[in-house]
Amino acid sequence: MTVSVRERERPAGSPGSTPLLRLEGVKKHFPITRGVIFQKKIGQVHAVDGIDLEVYPGETLGLVGETGCGKSTLARLIMKVYDATEGRLFFEGEEYTAYGRRKMRPLRREMQMIFQDPYASLNPRKTIGSIIADPFRIHHTVPKGDVKKNVQELMELVGLNPEHYNRYPHEFSGGQRQRVGVARALALRPKLIVCDEPVSALDVSIQAQIINLLEKLQREFGLTYIFIAHDLSVVKHVSNRVAVMYLGKIVEMATGPTLYRNPKHPYTGALLSAVPIADPDLASHKKRIVLEGDVPSPIDPPSGCRFHPRCPNAQFPRCREEEPVLRPHHPGQVAACHFPLEDRAVLDLEPTA
Amino acid sequence: MSSSTHGRSGAVGEPLLRVRDLKVHFDTPDGVVKAVNGVSFDIYQGETLGVVGESGSGKSVTFLTVMGLIRSKDARLEGEVIFDGQDLLTLPDEELRHLRGKRIGMVFQDAMTSLHPFYTVGQQIVEGIRAHEKMPKKEAWDRAVDMLQTVGIPKPAERARQYPHEFSGGMRQRAMIAMALALNPDLLIADEPTTALDVTVQSQILELIDRLKQEFRTAVVLITHDLGVVAEYCDHINVMYAAKIAESGNTRDIYYGAHHPYTWGLLQSIPRLESEVQDLKPIKGQPPSLIFVPPGCSFHPRCPYVMDICRTKEPELQSPDGVHASACHLALSEKERIFREEVLQRA
Repeated sequence: MTVSVRERERPAGSPGSTPLLRLEGVKKHFPITRGVIFQKKIGQVHAVDGIDLEVYPGETLGLVGETGCGKSTLARLIMKVYDATEGRLFFEGEEYTAYGRRKMRPLRREMQMIFQDPYASLNPRKTIGSIIADPFRIHHTVPKGDVKKNVQELMELVGLNPEHYNRYPHEFSGGQRQRVGVARALALRPKLIVCDEPVSALDVSIQAQIINLLEKLQREFGLTYIFIAHDLSVVKHVSNRVAVMYLGKIVEMATGPTLYRNPKHPYTGALLSAVPIADPDLASHKKRIVLEGDVPSPIDPPSGCRFHPRCPNAQFPRCREEEPVLRPHHPGQVAACHFPLEDRAVLDLEPTA
Repeated sequence: MSSSTHGRSGAVGEPLLRVRDLKVHFDTPDGVVKAVNGVSFDIYQGETLGVVGESGSGKSVTFLTVMGLIRSKDARLEGEVIFDGQDLLTLPDEELRHLRGKRIGMVFQDAMTSLHPFYTVGQQIVEGIRAHEKMPKKEAWDRAVDMLQTVGIPKPAERARQYPHEFSGGMRQRAMIAMALALNPDLLIADEPTTALDVTVQSQILELIDRLKQEFRTAVVLITHDLGVVAEYCDHINVMYAAKIAESGNTRDIYYGAHHPYTWGLLQSIPRLESEVQDLKPIKGQPPSLIFVPPGCSFHPRCPYVMDICRTKEPELQSPDGVHASACHLALSEKERIFREEVLQRA
């Protein structure tokens, strides 16, 4: 395989060093109940269904998939907003699967989250200054007298005017609010930031500002990101490695360039071929893999390979009966498919003249 | 790409819709919001016009006005919207109602809020059909089921009896398209039809609109903020900024030779799946408020190529070749040089 011109330079930590975050067989099943007083469990949603994942210091791991594939649930499991039904979670080698509120507290300084909706994730009745200062107040990392100074430094860092300290969220635009969210996440100098669709709600020009800001902060503070988005081009742009999720499982994981050149899983291929390309000539050369129908319900996921009912390459009975495991393909690439795609199956986008 | 006599790809004959110097101003307690401020363009039969711009650029209001959906006492409308020889701005409500839905169909972004939750999908399509054509209920129902089938909804007869909440997001959008096309309109206005959807569903819906466009010979307006969508499905593009058209041209003109610094900014802001390494160059600052629009060129505070004249004199939308037009004071040769040397990054 030809190595790309300049593979996104890998930061210090790459496979081989100790992972910052490690997940082992993590599952989250939400019960479905019927009845008001006597609740009876009648089924469960397999939101996240067995995820093994390692995230290395200084890297950006992208997580893509359609609505309902479990990517946000996974983020919340990592942050311990939800408790995992099964499996184990480790941060810097320390297992925190069963930690309660108190034991989680010091860990929360190390992991922070940025949310999708900059309108809903800021309290409208608090000033920007006090929103960004909240982490200091909760964790007492900064003496009271220095809080304002620290907050203003943070505001400066993320490109907000420090004089706007006393303004309210409604006085800010979407892009500025997202900067507030970034400043808040950064306040405790965490090692890991989980970004859940941080730019999906923003206009393109503002989206690029926030992406550049996140990249700048990563370089400056050696941050590790888990970057969740449904926009494949954004994810590919920011990530060192990209994991593709389908119905609660990772179906493929690879470095950005490998994933887009040589996707192995037909689902990855379909996702890639669905991304609109802002170049009419290249777009007309694209091979389309159009998926039929919608994602099946995670309440009762299909047997064997979960993708088989929609897969254009499925062969029966194998795909219906035998669940594929993640197997290595190109260096750094794993995919769970019995009949993987050929190289360059989707976007053979050598520049034409 | 084939060109017609207009030099405009996809354009044949007289324009179906001709908008001239359209202005939509709203009086608000804070001042006059100039939501659309002098917009002119044509749409030809069978073509797909892409309208790109950020939130608040006036793209939706322009087409809501075309549909006659902006008629409040606080809104001041000026200009002409000529559809098939009639000025829609002066048409009485009653006549407008005959046109809307029958000859101009609309698909909105959020299908969940556009569908009535208490009626079945079939009933809602039937209501639209019977509002315009005298037809027994049974026949209208059959037409509705046919349309659901046309837009690719499996088991349409069963689905027609279901309520919107029983449909997934993509299915609802399909139902909306079925509704909009049930009366075979000449013009379909799709306002961010896929923004709330996953990419796989998005491509299904866009392919569907494209297929139906060929089948029904409908002109399509695709309002979107996604430059990728526009590249793949549109013949002609209007780029809007601060309530005006900043640039317009055939799709290839825009992607391989844009003339306006705002368009350049947009093209440099999108992460490209197809490029290996790329630095995003965002447009600095934010879009202006439509109450206090900057003097001169409204883009000048954000423009990296700003000149003195830009601060005082507003550039007009000018076209050297009659098709590709831009509103910018830079000299044409300078625009071509900048695009070639700084913007184009296909490597």
